[in-house]
Amino acid sequence: MKARFLIPALAVAVLFGFFWYALKGGDYDPQLIDSPLIGRPAPDISTVTLADAGRPLTSKQFLGKPFVVNFWGTWCVGCREEHPEFLAIAKETDVPIVGIDWKDDHPAAVAWLGQLGNPYDAVGVDDDGKIAIDWGVYGAPETFLVSAAGEVIHKHVGPMTVEAWRKDFVPRLAPGGGK
Amino acid sequence: MRTIVRAACLSLLIIATARAIDTEPPLPDPVQQERYEALIHELRCLQCRSQTLADSEVSLAADLRREVRRLIAEGKTDAEVKSFLTARYGDYVLFRPPLNERTWILWVAPGLMVLVGGLIAWRVVRHRTKLVPSDAEEIDAGDSQS
Repeated sequence: MKARFLIPALAVAVLFGFFWYALKGGDYDPQLIDSPLIGRPAPDISTVTLADAGRPLTSKQFLGKPFVVNFWGTWCVGCREEHPEFLAIAKETDVPIVGIDWKDDHPAAVAWLGQLGNPYDAVGVDDDGKIAIDWGVYGAPETFLVSAAGEVIHKHVGPMTVEAWRKDFVPRLAPGGGK
Repeated sequence: MRTIVRAACLSLLIIATARAIDTEPPLPDPVQQERYEALIHELRCLQCRSQTLADSEVSLAADLRREVRRLIAEGKTDAEVKSFLTARYGDYVLFRPPLNERTWILWVAPGLMVLVGGLIAWRVVRHRTKLVPSDAEEIDAGDSQS
């Protein structure tokens, strides 16, 4: 009979367990939204390059090998923050990095790459934000990893780091694909 | 009367700002426009989270409104417009979460809690009413203890 009084205490303990898990447990971040694209074919990119509006840039050019897609813009503070990291990543990998200049002023973007260095193997423009919507981008910078099979296998939200590259991207590449 | 006038002014203000956010001309078909307005009030702006597409001024919301408008103009159904967005952004874009294997507990829990709570309350009440005629003293003792 006395044990009945333990029920509320137990319920509170379970509740505290949930709170503790939500606050400290695992990698749970309420700001992150799971991308439904993970494990699905990468959305088509069909645009033109930033350097030359006459030159097409499509995701088909990169299919067959893993590649990285990075959404950025000169208006985005996090993109400036991650830029030196991308320069370092580009130095340590052969995986092509495709930049998508999201709703940006083209001359400003060209100047930015000239000033800060260009880690991208190709940069395409997304003037009307359509590519970003197709990729489920909700705030730059966002970085995707596409597998050799053409599937999105990882998404990184927020400024990229060399550490995140080594920890979350490299292990997902096929053996030998990282270097 | 005064509150009615105030409420009317306030709602006019709200309508005025809504107009200012969505600067696009209405769709030629009023039925489509109505569906468009209903939809953008049910879809989340991913950048500002607690706002709907209709309420948000950020450029992503404008782009998403444009896509919703385009899909409706192309003759897509509400369900098709929603699945266009959930395929890209997940169920999180919907302010009304769908009932599926990930969300069923969200929908079932309130009913379950009322049911279980009701059952417990009913048992306690029944237990106490049984006590009253037979042993009043024990109830007094029990009450002063608690």
